[in-house]
Amino acid sequence: MTGLTPESLALLLAATLNAGTVVALASLGLLINERAGVLNLGAEGMMLVAAIAGFATGVNTGSDWLGFAAGAAAGALMAGAFGALVIWLNTNQYATGLALSLFGAGLSAFVGISYTQQRLPERPHFAIPGLADLPFVGPALFRQHPLVYITIALAIGLGWFLMRSRGGLVLRAVGESPESAHALGYAVRPIRLLAVMTGGALCGVAGAYISLAYTPLWVEGMVAGKGWIALALTTFATWRPGRVLLGAYLFGGVTMLQFQLQGQGVQIPSQFLTMLPYVATIVVLVLISRNPTWIRINMPASLGKPFHPGA
Amino acid sequence: MSSNLSKRSLLKLAGWASLAATAALVGCGKKEEAATPAASEASAAASAAAAVGPLKIAFAYVGPVGDAGWTYAHDQGRLAIEKEFGDKVKTSFVEKVPEGPEAERVIRDLVGQGNILVFGTTFGYMEPMLKVAADNPSVKFEHATGFKTAPNMRTYDSRTYEGAYMAGVIAGSMTKSNTLGVVGSIPIPEVIRNINAFTLGAQSVNPKVKTKVVWVNAWFDPPKETEGAQSLLNQGADVLFQNTDSAAVLQTAEKAGKYAFGWDSDMSKFGPKSHLASAVINWGPYYVKATKDALEGTWQTGGVWWGVKEGAIDLVSVSDAVPAEVKAKVDTVKAGLKDGSFAIWKGPIVAQDGKEMVAKDTVADDKFLGGINFYVKGVEGSIPSGK
Repeated sequence: MTGLTPESLALLLAATLNAGTVVALASLGLLINERAGVLNLGAEGMMLVAAIAGFATGVNTGSDWLGFAAGAAAGALMAGAFGALVIWLNTNQYATGLALSLFGAGLSAFVGISYTQQRLPERPHFAIPGLADLPFVGPALFRQHPLVYITIALAIGLGWFLMRSRGGLVLRAVGESPESAHALGYAVRPIRLLAVMTGGALCGVAGAYISLAYTPLWVEGMVAGKGWIALALTTFATWRPGRVLLGAYLFGGVTMLQFQLQGQGVQIPSQFLTMLPYVATIVVLVLISRNPTWIRINMPASLGKPFHPGA
Repeated sequence: MSSNLSKRSLLKLAGWASLAATAALVGCGKKEEAATPAASEASAAASAAAAVGPLKIAFAYVGPVGDAGWTYAHDQGRLAIEKEFGDKVKTSFVEKVPEGPEAERVIRDLVGQGNILVFGTTFGYMEPMLKVAADNPSVKFEHATGFKTAPNMRTYDSRTYEGAYMAGVIAGSMTKSNTLGVVGSIPIPEVIRNINAFTLGAQSVNPKVKTKVVWVNAWFDPPKETEGAQSLLNQGADVLFQNTDSAAVLQTAEKAGKYAFGWDSDMSKFGPKSHLASAVINWGPYYVKATKDALEGTWQTGGVWWGVKEGAIDLVSVSDAVPAEVKAKVDTVKAGLKDGSFAIWKGPIVAQDGKEMVAKDTVADDKFLGGINFYVKGVEGSIPSGK
């Protein structure tokens, strides 16, 4: 096989990190959600609304960071509405989440009509001084969007928070056994709402990343299923931040690799190659999580179930 | 108990997810009309032809109008009808009509509203339109990009490859790495033809040019289009071409400081530095002609394939970065296509493996073009569905 020079490998790595970030961010958000016992199938809708909110803010203010803030706020707001419905009114989590997805798709299309022809202002490229000029790895690893690094830090931080901090313990208790947490005096419902809104905010940042950095434009339906992939990844990664990161980069990596193989004329049908990232991610994560006791331990026991305090 | 439970909720999750996918596919066919249908005259107009009241014309679009791509271009054609005929016609459209059974319902509905001329603007409406056409012989149906006709249903298409060829002339002149990249959508003859034409155009000015192709297997998936474009750039391509609907490829080139083209509609504003030109489809002339045919009672079934000659295809917004002599070459090609003195598919045309597909001094006919299923020499990779 020609073309796989160190340089092209570095480029492949760079594209992999970039491609994996959207799914990783959204999936980490959903992980927080689900650790608290709430399943939110509305990820795609939240990401779409955040994508247009971020893009519109970016166009009107010229600031990426305000755009990301708007995306996070939009995601949190959508999640807040969802949370109020499923946590206090005990509506069905599956149906409400699906409704949120459909609503988000429609709302974003409606709000975005006047933005389809617009363009973000010119912004400087990001590079870590010094490191970015290293041969080969420099351009690949140290010229990424800041959010790429923030996502990695977030996964590590979240892993620590869940397993090593008191707050994480409370969050897990709320997801495992809300009755016990309630009996211990924790406010299960507000904690769940906080988790849902935090998750929504992260999905929002992921959505804004698509329209501000990854594909800097707004077109209807541009999230194109990444929200559903993130949802699946959360489950396959057995609710562990490290595995979410691994799965997201694996997905991004195989996606980029299949394009690379196509460009080099490898004799495999492209439809098959297009399928590869999905299959590879699922296979690897299923292999990792093959131990059934691990899944059982990790899957929040009350996931998807309503909680009635005092019942 | 808990293992049981998790299995059950996972199954449930899977069930809901597939339901979501279905709902998203079916539920998106929301209906919007530009003109309010006048209910009272609907049935009257249906039987009394064009003599009384305006001719009612309806369009079924596969995407949203505002996407600056395929559907946007069709809607420009609808506006051209309104401009040309004023109050002699009344146009309306339904957007985001999914291909398949839902399309049949929408098209039937359009007929029921008294539309006498109905345009279906995507390949997937072919079978549904045929069914509705059989039940409504007094209504004229126009179907884009298909191959089946009926006494009251004809097909029309545009020679998009002519735009691709002209873009290729520019690409071949502008590349420094001699490597061009194409983000292909779905591997069907239409798209393969465009890739070949693009390559032939580039080779006409630069014989050393090679074209790399990646397929995203979708008409519209901006993140995937971005990834495909990025991958081509990583592999050394410095001029990108696309057969996908969004401006994602152009945007990716812009970020990387490379060149790219717009497709279907003018996309120049999405890449002020990277945009070399846009290959656009102008449905206006055909839509005006079809309306005229219906108004004057000269409408006939058949198949129509229009290109530069009829004003249906053009290369617009050529960048200032393109040298004057290259622009002149494009203009020569355009003029030749217009007066019929220049043929893109004139032999010898050699396939990737060296086999001669069109003999020297022979011009390939439309039947040959319609079934193209090979890459010309200079295109790397293999066609996914290939033999």
